[in-house]
Amino acid sequence: MGATIGEEQVRHVAALARLALPEADVSRYARELDRILEHVARLQAIDTADIPLTSNALVVAGVLRPDEARPGLSGEDAVRNAPAQHAGMYQVPRVLDGA
Amino acid sequence: MSVGTVEQRYETVVGLEVHVELATRSKMFCSCPTDFGAPPNTQVCPVCLGLPGALPVPNARAIEYALRAALALGCEIDRECRWDRKNYHYPDLPKGYQITQYARPLARHGTLRYAGGDGERSVRIRRLHMEEDTGKSTHEGMPGGTTGVDLNRAGVPLIEIVSEPDIRGPEDARLYLQSLRTVLLYTRVSDVKMEEGSLRCDANVSLRPVGTQAYGALVEVKNMNSFRSVQRALEYEVHRQAAALDAGERIVRETRHWDEKRGVTFPSRSKEEAHDYRYFPEPDLGPCALTEAYVEQVRASLPEAPGARQARYERLGLPAHDAGVLVADPALALYFDRMLAGGAAPREGASLLTVELLGRLNALGVTVGESGCRVQPEQLAALQELVASGVISGKIAKDVLDEMVAGGADPQAVVARRGLQQISDDGAIVDAVRSAIAVNPQSVADFRAGKKQALGFLVGQVMKATKGKANPAKVNEILARELG
Amino acid sequence: MELYEWPAHRIHRGLVTGEVSAREVALATLDRIGQVESSVGAYLHLRPREDVLADADAVDAALRRGESLAAFGGVPVAIKDNMCCRLLPTTCASRILEGFHPPYDATAVTRLQGQRAVLLGNTNMDEFAMGSSTEHSAGGVTRNPWDLGRVPGGSSGGSAAAVAAGEAVVALGSDTGGSVRQPAAFCGVVGLKPTYGRVSRFGLVAFASSLDQIGPFGRDVRDVALLLGAVAGHDPADATSRPAEVPDFEAALVPDCRGLRLGVPREFLAAGVSPEVRAAIAAAVDLLVELGAEVQECSLPTVPYALDAYYVIAPAEASSNLARFEGVRFGRRAQGTSDYVEMFRRSRGEGFGPEVRRRIMLGTYALSAGYYDQYYGKAQQVRTLICREFEEALSGYAALVTPTAPSVAFGFAEKMDDPLQMYASDVCTVPINLAGLPAVSLPCGFSNGLPIGLQFIGRAFDEETILRLAYAYEQAADLRHRRPPIVAPRG
Ligand SMILES: [Mg+2]
Ligand SMILES: [Zn+2]
Repeated sequence: MGATIGEEQVRHVAALARLALPEADVSRYARELDRILEHVARLQAIDTADIPLTSNALVVAGVLRPDEARPGLSGEDAVRNAPAQHAGMYQVPRVLDGA
Repeated sequence: MSVGTVEQRYETVVGLEVHVELATRSKMFCSCPTDFGAPPNTQVCPVCLGLPGALPVPNARAIEYALRAALALGCEIDRECRWDRKNYHYPDLPKGYQITQYARPLARHGTLRYAGGDGERSVRIRRLHMEEDTGKSTHEGMPGGTTGVDLNRAGVPLIEIVSEPDIRGPEDARLYLQSLRTVLLYTRVSDVKMEEGSLRCDANVSLRPVGTQAYGALVEVKNMNSFRSVQRALEYEVHRQAAALDAGERIVRETRHWDEKRGVTFPSRSKEEAHDYRYFPEPDLGPCALTEAYVEQVRASLPEAPGARQARYERLGLPAHDAGVLVADPALALYFDRMLAGGAAPREGASLLTVELLGRLNALGVTVGESGCRVQPEQLAALQELVASGVISGKIAKDVLDEMVAGGADPQAVVARRGLQQISDDGAIVDAVRSAIAVNPQSVADFRAGKKQALGFLVGQVMKATKGKANPAKVNEILARELG
Repeated sequence: MELYEWPAHRIHRGLVTGEVSAREVALATLDRIGQVESSVGAYLHLRPREDVLADADAVDAALRRGESLAAFGGVPVAIKDNMCCRLLPTTCASRILEGFHPPYDATAVTRLQGQRAVLLGNTNMDEFAMGSSTEHSAGGVTRNPWDLGRVPGGSSGGSAAAVAAGEAVVALGSDTGGSVRQPAAFCGVVGLKPTYGRVSRFGLVAFASSLDQIGPFGRDVRDVALLLGAVAGHDPADATSRPAEVPDFEAALVPDCRGLRLGVPREFLAAGVSPEVRAAIAAAVDLLVELGAEVQECSLPTVPYALDAYYVIAPAEASSNLARFEGVRFGRRAQGTSDYVEMFRRSRGEGFGPEVRRRIMLGTYALSAGYYDQYYGKAQQVRTLICREFEEALSGYAALVTPTAPSVAFGFAEKMDDPLQMYASDVCTVPINLAGLPAVSLPCGFSNGLPIGLQFIGRAFDEETILRLAYAYEQAADLRHRRPPIVAPRG
């Protein structure tokens, strides 16, 4: 089976996942992911026509909570773990309008 | 040179995606309050902050509200609708995904009917689903080059209502949106204020040469903050696309932002590569399990739809326009219905409400739905009955209403206390007429000399003497007899 | 038996009768930590000694006031570093969570604290629970108390090693694909993965939400049964936690297997399972028969594909669960970026270790446009088949018997260069997570002084049967008093 994931695709996936990937690592990732995907490709041999997906085997349906408001964290606790904050806001490098 | 107007040459195809904030007390998946305007990051908890290990639990009332809206729009309900994750990274999206409904939305296949520019319009609703809101980013008050993120709004319940591309132009888009707003107001699931962001609208616009069927390239327009700006933005976009097509250019599929001040749309400076939201089933939540009985119970609790209400008012004899004024505001329509139940005559009652009462309330800056309005619909109905049965004149009624608006008194009490009952008793009017004739010989002479306006002066004198309570028809009749 | 070796139920009896004080118990464990922690490296964060003793003193004071004592009152416990606790930092052994102090507690931790358990600290793990050896930790290695040159298994290697070495009486771990059972097997202790939904996941930092469960470690089956009972039960804060009644698990501990039909699925003994493991399982089966069980071979034909399905599903969910780590509200942020996209990319690139990055990439790819059906969709369909096969098998058998891991503990760095080899060590545990079923691992023999794990797989929400089997086997095999001979601290 030929390569299923190339270096270009590795860069694209890293961009989607917002992961900085040193250029030197790209080919290694491509190789590793390729090996895993090649193994996983064995799944294609199984006949799953008309078989539904199980996204969670034992999940409970229809669980809800009543619409009751309760105070959560204090403003102080809310930003206590933030790497940067200003005036109660989480502070991040500039986000452009319409971005 | 192109021949004909833009509208003659191109058909505009618009689909609207509308996000509506639901008026629940707590958020979609946690118990944080939803109050507007709190200091930043004070209505948050581990769940809506997306802290590690926190888990969502859906709000029962949010689902009920979404269901009300879906039923009011005539949708088919998926009683086992599911939750999905929509994955993308943005500073105001705490978990790096939004919990929404993708493959199995709550509702599909609805319809919105409304009065369009030229006749009845019917736009299909493709789907209505539930999701959570994001937080807000701001530069205001932040040190240079940085953005502040406030997550108070993150997790507020939303419904997204997606229309089919059945909308046929900028004005039609505005009418669709306004009529959608009215329907939602009746369901009482949201305050639907576009200016405050509880109703938000994105538009997909494309043009196609008249007579063709294929859709043109879609342009998504965002950031329209009022009904008027929706129309303006789409007008701009239609002309921009037409000019491009006329010049033989291709329309690129893109997202554009509406700039309200400059009156233009401009392409987003998005660094996002092609959107790939990697939707997949939310593993932290099971499917909804809405029973048929529950859906029917919610359906039965829905108020009369605006269209049906309009028709009912017209059947009661209201002019279409007057009926429309009442229907456009659910609080007003509800008030009017209570007046009808209190015995008010439809036409006269409607005018007493929309002209007299609303005029006075406007001056006070309140509306009928608010506590500042001290006149109950039953009281207004009683006032209208006092006029209809001749107890007071229409003129006196206005004075009585002034007092009711100021003090919340019953009209009967005001009339009795101030002795405002109309005088229809001949004896009392004859006395007043004779004394007016006796005191104003010059006017009597003028009248007899053929000066007809002298009669009006004498009527005025009689009315003055009876403090306006004399029945004007009777005064005219008796005066004519006495002078005759 | 030294005091630090006492199981929790023995400590409970000692406290209630006044034979020992909670302070003595805490001191015994703290001293043991002082002796061996530098060799084992089970913990990432230990609470200050005086805080631990203050908690113990509070238990003694309560006893003096005549208050009743819950099963874990005064018992020194450890938690894995992926369960939020206000008393400790929670880092998931990752640089990206450096210095994170959760402003809330995981429900399982709250329940233990409600019993007045004495919390010691949190234990080492593979970063974000992704690994089978605890080598993928930003906090250094944990060594297997039975052989300091070998791994303790993973990802809950620190919890397993702490219990094995006497550095905690019991501990909590989390099990997404075997992360409680495989280290329990490697470290010669008992570890249980409850039925999905049995224990609240609130406050457990998610790896793969549809597979994760918090599970107990103990040095004997009774402690594991008690600890499960202490943390189990419905939690309104977790929509996937089951509103089912929690049975008295201790009452299920009957020392025989009479009337139980057991299946031995042949796929779990296929190539890849070492001869000594095979031999130990065969001997265990013989003993179960002696104890009254009826044992038959059976087959779950799709199970050999479980690992492939797992290595699509778990990374797919993880890629989404780990999206929130971008340095905005908590955790580590890369310095010197002027635009938020760059800030996100670099914070995540620098903060996550290689295995976590690999799985995020794999999961992102499996969900991305054009590949969803081929990978994620296909894997979830195969999962359906696996669920059905388990259900069918367990309709005929009360439980299934398998090895926990295909081999005994392996050496450091043996599998680090080859992800596929590392993944293969989960081959016997992963299928159970896909089906959401409960399973317990306990020692069933030794090979060259290294423990071998026996696994019982039960029906959904029937932990009682597998605990009974484990208890009966444990009593008969009588291996539980064998303790690791931790050699003197290294150099
Ligand atoms: Mg949306
Ligand atoms: Zn919240």
